[in-house]
Amino acid sequence: MKGNEAIAEAAIIAGCRHYFGYPITPQTEIAAYMAKRMPKIGGCFLQAESEIAAINMVYGVASTGHRVMTSSSSPGVSLKGEGLSYLAGADMPALIVNVQRGGPGLGGIQPSQSDYFQATKGGAHGDFHMIVLAPASVQEMADLTVKGFELADKYRMTSMILADGTMGQMMEPVSLDFDVKPAPEKPWATNGTNLEREHNITNSLFLSPEKLEEENFKRYERYKVIEENETMYEEYMMEDAEICVTAFGIASRVAKNAIDEARKQGIKVGLIRPITLWPFPVAPFKKAAEQVKGIISVELSMGQMIEDVRLASECKVPVTLCNRAGGMIPSPEQVLEAIISMNNGGAK
Amino acid sequence: MEYKRITLLCGHYGSGKTNIALNMAYEIKENYDNVAIADLDIVNPYFRTKDSAEELKEKGIRLIASEYAGTNVDIPALPQDMYSLTDDKTVKAVIDVGGDDRGALALGRISPKIMAENDYEAFLVINKYRPLTPDVASTLEVMAEIETAGSFKFTGIINNSNLGVQTTAEDVLNSLKYAEDVSKATGLPLICTSVNKTLFDELCGKIDNLFPLKLQKKIN
Repeated sequence: MKGNEAIAEAAIIAGCRHYFGYPITPQTEIAAYMAKRMPKIGGCFLQAESEIAAINMVYGVASTGHRVMTSSSSPGVSLKGEGLSYLAGADMPALIVNVQRGGPGLGGIQPSQSDYFQATKGGAHGDFHMIVLAPASVQEMADLTVKGFELADKYRMTSMILADGTMGQMMEPVSLDFDVKPAPEKPWATNGTNLEREHNITNSLFLSPEKLEEENFKRYERYKVIEENETMYEEYMMEDAEICVTAFGIASRVAKNAIDEARKQGIKVGLIRPITLWPFPVAPFKKAAEQVKGIISVELSMGQMIEDVRLASECKVPVTLCNRAGGMIPSPEQVLEAIISMNNGGAK
Repeated sequence: MEYKRITLLCGHYGSGKTNIALNMAYEIKENYDNVAIADLDIVNPYFRTKDSAEELKEKGIRLIASEYAGTNVDIPALPQDMYSLTDDKTVKAVIDVGGDDRGALALGRISPKIMAENDYEAFLVINKYRPLTPDVASTLEVMAEIETAGSFKFTGIINNSNLGVQTTAEDVLNSLKYAEDVSKATGLPLICTSVNKTLFDELCGKIDNLFPLKLQKKIN
């Protein structure tokens, strides 16, 4: 199935019965799929009048404790910014999908990874994070959607699937055999008091600065727990690597091809593929920095993840960028060239 | 295969219509001079006939596609020379219709003329391995939606059940009962089972009317 369809079906399997969205290429298949499936399973599909309306509908359903999602692509996610911040301020669990396209502005409709900063550094105003998951196959589009809902509920926060146009459009076989953890109890949900308790309120407005500060500190304590427990990454041929390539999503597939070719040429090179972009997998880079002579960050952007790579490797080895932007994808040959160049001492 | 003047290919989106359309156009061209292929898919701007424009040109097959196809301009505009398909009766055409009822809606613009001329086949392309058409009931539902949106009736079924590059001969064999059941339920003949040509030798003799496909190159 298509990457976008895999997200939609996995969300349904994860128990999501509420989808609100607004069409934008290259993620529209998610909405189209939900429009067909939701009415048949007693769920709610609603094409909102705008991205802002859609994200606020997500806030509404999240407040009631039900699993809920929206999806969009880059410019649409920018429009949702206010809602993302409100969800964070009210500690609401929800799943947001961003099938990225080239930017800035309206940009283009071809794949990109240039919303990395937006996704991992908050995505809107205020101190907050989202858990950001970066799939690199159609199977992972499904797997991480289920995982995204589980993490969102576990930590009362928003998860984001950060995919790109390629991941959304490509077709691969998928197994949808999931053992979904049921949603935890949500005593905070505004789902009716049944005259047995006080009213619950979900809210992101705290006029007392002391109270607002306290909420922020509490939230960041939770973020520490997530950083310690939920970081995910894949290592490929890193055991004896003298050069480290790093990439996420579609770029990691290109990088793997280049690594296989470089290995054939006798170059000891491996890959670190972050799966969670926030929390960023610091540990493998820290370790790699003691082992390799340099790191190459392969990105479909002007270089965004590279900043986290430099921080994680504590600038102990040179970190170079191998990139295309604006909807273009680096070729395996381009990545191979970067690897050969670094192997020949060409790293700056 | 014998071809009528117009061959329509419709189906659930992602069922493989574009690849079949291209291969049918190539086959018609072997015995007939004036051949056109029309890409009426104005819903999905990514994977489409226009990606094969060069190969079609080499073979002398006229491509009718939206001016915006492949330009990344996300505008659902129909190709202006679409009307030549029904006005020029000397052309043999394959029409690659967009997926589902949403895609077939565009066909409604010319389907009354195609029906009136009555020299056409309309094939429903089915793929058991697509998530929304895994069984007969769901396939019939999609079929009815397409017929309503496009204002036409299907005349045959093409079984294109596949799992992309990972398709095995066994996957194809396991889809035969489904295809026959769809054929029975609709009363429409099963025209052929289309497979990647790499599987053709393995399946030859095991399936009636096997149609080998040379797959369109996907864009990187």
